[in-house]
Amino acid sequence: MDTSEDILQQASPDLVRGSGMARRTKPARLSPSFVSWLQAGPMMLVFLAFFLIPLVFVVIVSFWDYNEYQLLPAFSGRGYTDTFEGCIAQLPDLCTIGRTYVMTLKLCFLVWAITLFIGFWVAYFLAFHVKSKTWQMGLSLLCTIPFWTSNVIRMIAWIPLLGRNGLVNSGLVKTGLINQPLEWLLFSEFSVVLALVHLFTFFMVVPIFNSMVRIDKALIEAAYDAGATGFQTLVNVVIPLAKPGIVIGSIFVITIVMGDFITIGVMGGQQIAAAGKIIETRVNALQFPAAAANAVILLAITFLIITMMSRIVDIRKEL
Amino acid sequence: MTEGRPRSFYVLAIFFAAYVLFLYGPMIAIYILSFQGPQGGLTFPMNGVSTYWLAKLFQGTGIVDLGAAFRRSLLLGVVVMVVTVVLSVAAGMAFRRKFKAQSILFYSAIASLIVPSIITSLGISLEFRIIDDLIKGYFNENFETSMGLLTSGLGAHLTWTLPFGLLIMFAIFNRFDPRLEEAARDLGATPWQAFRHVVLPIILPSVIGIGLFGFTLSWDELARSSQAIGAVNTLPLDLQGLTTTVTNPDIYALGTVISAVSFAVITLALGTIHMLNKRQAAKGSDAGKGLV
Repeated sequence: MDTSEDILQQASPDLVRGSGMARRTKPARLSPSFVSWLQAGPMMLVFLAFFLIPLVFVVIVSFWDYNEYQLLPAFSGRGYTDTFEGCIAQLPDLCTIGRTYVMTLKLCFLVWAITLFIGFWVAYFLAFHVKSKTWQMGLSLLCTIPFWTSNVIRMIAWIPLLGRNGLVNSGLVKTGLINQPLEWLLFSEFSVVLALVHLFTFFMVVPIFNSMVRIDKALIEAAYDAGATGFQTLVNVVIPLAKPGIVIGSIFVITIVMGDFITIGVMGGQQIAAAGKIIETRVNALQFPAAAANAVILLAITFLIITMMSRIVDIRKEL
Repeated sequence: MTEGRPRSFYVLAIFFAAYVLFLYGPMIAIYILSFQGPQGGLTFPMNGVSTYWLAKLFQGTGIVDLGAAFRRSLLLGVVVMVVTVVLSVAAGMAFRRKFKAQSILFYSAIASLIVPSIITSLGISLEFRIIDDLIKGYFNENFETSMGLLTSGLGAHLTWTLPFGLLIMFAIFNRFDPRLEEAARDLGATPWQAFRHVVLPIILPSVIGIGLFGFTLSWDELARSSQAIGAVNTLPLDLQGLTTTVTNPDIYALGTVISAVSFAVITLALGTIHMLNKRQAAKGSDAGKGLV
């Protein structure tokens, strides 16, 4: 690192040598690039061993063959052909994998739209309406704490509310709005979307809030002074400036929902097919190449979505 | 500004309050329900009040061997926390200057965060299966598996906690004044002394935040553990297994116990951070106070 000491050394060698009394003679200094490697190396190794190499294995194994109980390390496209089985024969109807992805994308879109709406206004409230720093911290913390608790618990927490004899149903029956309990409240698409929104709105709030607190308040006042209405200010000033946060939050939420199999499993009563769920089912059946092939497909689609979104904003700049 | 708050404030305040209720309401419901009497069911109304279901968990006569899963999760959480803190701080220091492979590490971390967990988990399990096959084939036919809590399980959790740790370090050093460290170096501190006595005390509250993230993310981790943990289960995996066969409130009791640990860790970490911040504010600088 280029400390001011180095600069001093060049400018006036005597000065630095004079101050050398107070310090021990400097040991041979490690080169800065070596120190960087030492510091960043361990984390790089973890990502290499537990993320990058495993991804390579997923791709390789997706082209292996398999039988009922083991992997056969020989090239085969069976993982893929099994996955797309019947897709051409059944046209124009969608095959299983097609229907599964339509369902996954539908859940994805619903959850994205709802979390974006909630996340935007929660972040807006925190960034623009809460004036004191202490309150801002406190309220942000209030939103963060559930993120640090178990997702499964936050899912099963809906059971006493949404079940056939749950609070919502018994309340509705008592008030006479319905005659018999609603069946679609729990273990349905509705409960899956509800639980996903409940779990992951946080990922939308944080980046949007982060973008919003950086907006210079003078810009908004200037917009008002120039005669803009509240709505015009929102559309022409706040939303464009908050766009990086919106994109980052969207990437988070979309990738989480694309790969989710736990929430969809638990809240869908294990009845709803989704992209992540197929992988789990294949693994449980010990069909690893098929599972890997599905993982590759999921990865490709997720990657496609992210590239499209990151076209809109440079993620690196926003950190 | 003394003028009254605009109408939009009240609308959004109500919206925010509804969101917070939405966040906490259901959880509070199961915490209450776990204190039902022995005859209690899965929903309201409460059937008596007791600690029957909580006690049942700890007697070990309940649904799963809770004690063992609890200890495993705790062990893994603590190891993940320590490794996350050390590696994140080290890598965060490295990012303060340019080095080769900087962008590779950065994009690995981001990718690790957003590649769906099930894929990472599957990849790790395949990797370890192949390693196992190699060991069996070439070294030891009786070898069982290298998969386990502190091998594949630890790795899987780190792919989830390290990106958060690194991003928090970026945020810390964005606000860090490098002149403080330079001043220490000018006064003759070695790089290690400058880190130990100047940098670390300043960033310590945020480093505790990284530890908090590391522990709680691991403690509640599910998707990445699912394929990569090996033969044993962590507490969240046991809990997930129970959701399909649940008939009485012991699942709520288990949920309450897991949450209690989360809340204890959160409170402890936030308390420490608050204390350190106060101490920093009180003793951090004597600038402008004249000669002492």
